[in-house]
Amino acid sequence: MLSPAILIPAILNGLLTGAVYALVALGLTLIYGVLHIINFAHGALLTAAMFAAYFANRWLGLDPYVAAVGLAPLFFALGYALQRCVVGPAGRGDDRNILLVTLGLAVMIENALLYVFRADTRTIDLPYAFDTIAVGPAFLAVPRVIAFAAVVAVALAVGALMRWTDIGKAIRAVAKEKLGAELSGIDAAHVYAVTFGLGTACLAVAACLLLPSYYVNPSAGNAFVLIAFTIVVLGGMGSVAGALIGGLIVGVVESLSGLWLGESLGQVGIFIVFILVLLVRPRGLFGEHA
Amino acid sequence: MKPYLPIAGVIALLAAVPLVTSSNVVLDFLVVAFLTALVGQGWNLLGGYGGQYSFGHAAFFGTGAYITAVLQVRYGLNAWAAFATGIAAGTAVGAAIGALVFRAGLRGSYFALVTLAFAEVLRILASVAPVTGAGVGTLIRLDLRWQVFQFQSRVPFYLIALALVALSLVLMHAIARSRFGAWLVAVRENEDAARALGVDATAIKIAAMTLSAAVTAAGGGFYAQYYLFVDAGIAYGPWVSIEALLAPIVGGAGTVFGPLLGALVVKTLGEGAKVAAGDAPGLDLVIYGSVLVLVVAFAPRGIAGVVADAWRWRARRGDTTAETGHA
Amino acid sequence: MPEPLLAVEEISMRFGGLLAVDQASFAAEPGRITALIGPNGAGKTTLFAAIAGFLRPSAGRVVFDGADVTGLPPHRLARRGIARTFQIAQPFAGLTVRENIAVGAHLHRPRRADALAAAAAVAQAVGLAREIDKPAAALTVAGRKRLELARTLATEPRLLLLDEVLAGLNPSEIREMVPVVHAIAARGVTIVMIEHVMQAVMSLAALCYVLAEGRIIAQGTPQAIARDPRVIEAYLGRGAAARMTGDGAHA
Repeated sequence: MLSPAILIPAILNGLLTGAVYALVALGLTLIYGVLHIINFAHGALLTAAMFAAYFANRWLGLDPYVAAVGLAPLFFALGYALQRCVVGPAGRGDDRNILLVTLGLAVMIENALLYVFRADTRTIDLPYAFDTIAVGPAFLAVPRVIAFAAVVAVALAVGALMRWTDIGKAIRAVAKEKLGAELSGIDAAHVYAVTFGLGTACLAVAACLLLPSYYVNPSAGNAFVLIAFTIVVLGGMGSVAGALIGGLIVGVVESLSGLWLGESLGQVGIFIVFILVLLVRPRGLFGEHA
Repeated sequence: MKPYLPIAGVIALLAAVPLVTSSNVVLDFLVVAFLTALVGQGWNLLGGYGGQYSFGHAAFFGTGAYITAVLQVRYGLNAWAAFATGIAAGTAVGAAIGALVFRAGLRGSYFALVTLAFAEVLRILASVAPVTGAGVGTLIRLDLRWQVFQFQSRVPFYLIALALVALSLVLMHAIARSRFGAWLVAVRENEDAARALGVDATAIKIAAMTLSAAVTAAGGGFYAQYYLFVDAGIAYGPWVSIEALLAPIVGGAGTVFGPLLGALVVKTLGEGAKVAAGDAPGLDLVIYGSVLVLVVAFAPRGIAGVVADAWRWRARRGDTTAETGHA
Repeated sequence: MPEPLLAVEEISMRFGGLLAVDQASFAAEPGRITALIGPNGAGKTTLFAAIAGFLRPSAGRVVFDGADVTGLPPHRLARRGIARTFQIAQPFAGLTVRENIAVGAHLHRPRRADALAAAAAVAQAVGLAREIDKPAAALTVAGRKRLELARTLATEPRLLLLDEVLAGLNPSEIREMVPVVHAIAARGVTIVMIEHVMQAVMSLAALCYVLAEGRIIAQGTPQAIARDPRVIEAYLGRGAAARMTGDGAHA
């Protein structure tokens, strides 16, 4: 079981999977880091993005990686609108209200998808979905390698945005000290909405990256988001590095334990890790106060 | 005795319904509404009065349902005894989760997250464990005798459900007027200030969670007997957790009658959805989600809050005394 | 000298690299008002938090009525008779004034009716009788300060830790609040107060401790420490004492 020929592919595949987890987690942690809210609608939004990517492929014939270019801005706008028009005004800054509002949105979105598209599971067929690249003893699926590269690109892009653009600086300012930022002339409501939009855009990209390898149904997003929640809690709410590193770690751990434990128990394992982290060290590895 | 008159009045009114109608549709609708009100009252204790918003109340409902069903089906226990044990089991789960979570100091969103996680763990375990029938679920054999908590007619079920609701109303009312209730509300309003005044906030929260679980588990056990079928999605599914919080929020969190009011409204909306769209799954929950967002946005204190505000507005317009607006 | 009701012995509070409180010691005699003063950021509220159980001291002991109560949680301290108010008033916003005070009264009164009645009496004592059925959120700053006081009084404390109970009040409100504090002390409650309003300290406190940069730098009667050069320097900067006496300015 422990031979390199088995371990190395498991680890490499874990890294590839983990990268996409990390992207989902990145969106979540960005939203938490700036708005200080846990976005319960994250899973439903990922599912919606997956449906969008699916139909972009079915109806427009778009390759998911191409569709990502169009879906990211679309979902950015959706996220922006949701925060600006729904979560912000309805929540009125009260933690409990915001909690309920994001939950309400999650229920609405997920069940709207269920109502319209039924519970059937759908997949797409990509001509190169089963092509592999050989890396050492491992044969890695092409779509997943592309996904890894894409996540790295997105992470760098987000990092650059935060570092060097005005809006990035505004976001960091609001995250650190909202009142001070507002007094300096920054429109916090706009910044909040931009951040939410960024988080949602990350989901759109992640959905496009996932589509070649996974299925789509109204509860697809939830499985990934649970993992994302675990990563974010493990890596620390609000920590971008934590989300990325945590994502990779979780991907590898999942892959390795899949060798020993199998599918459905794996889910429970993640939940239990999640609960344990919350109980023992809610701050996570890199995060701030719980 | 006097403060309990409103409860007695409402219950008497509802108890008269079977005398007025024998329509199974009406009785069925009301039984389901009562179930929702019961589960909602459980949530209301912890969330409305205690301010701890759980997103995983299905954990208690499902435990009540499964224990009631499984003890009968697999171990031959009498239905009533199984029901009682189901409530006890749900209560124990509540105490355990409460102790773990509140001693760890989890609050707000983190608390909501972890309760969600617990419910999901139970759901997954129930969907694979042989004792619960795994994916197939547990079916209680039809045996229409009162000795095994099954009835030919809807009416006894109706009256039992009503009785459970009545008990939950009395319990909530008694708590609201007790020291425990005052401390619970204080913890909700400002936990640190409450601690400084001698309130053992952690113990209060655990106690509230335990009681809350008991009430919710009763709903689960009754559900098992009414429908005679339980599976993981029914017992521990998100739909339960959402209905558990929706009814009190719509009706008025932190009030005695809120969950009942809210349950009637929510279930009416659900029925409306079915009429409009047939049995396609999902529409009722879409409506529930929208109602949740709308209520939080425009009427955060629910129906009871709107009524109280209207009352106060009227009182201020003419009379000398102004209410404090506290239900 | 009577046995102090509260003896704070060499308490230190360390946050990572920051030593917010450095071996602070003071004592409060029963039935008297002791003031804890010092410039902003000196660590006074942190010291209170350590005494009142909201923070665990990094070192040192808190002895109350002869018993070591170091690190006990706030609710246990309240049951023993130590109560504190918060610098920024923390009313139970959704409740009325009466219901607010009743929460405190419930500590020793299990029955609702008794607690509510006791609350009314306490409200009367601090001058909140007229707003007793108003929502706490509707009170002015002065009202909220009185509410803080009333809630803690309702727990029937033997020691009251007042954290800047006069902060945010205008001069006439201060003039009205000082006798209220006096009256509480007159009923036998020992008071330790953090305060910046010097005129109040002068008229209320029997003994003053001065905290600067986490350390107790002086103690004595209010009049004595007002003239103490170390105290003047702590507030006004190095050399200020010399400059003041050099200019013939009064302390």
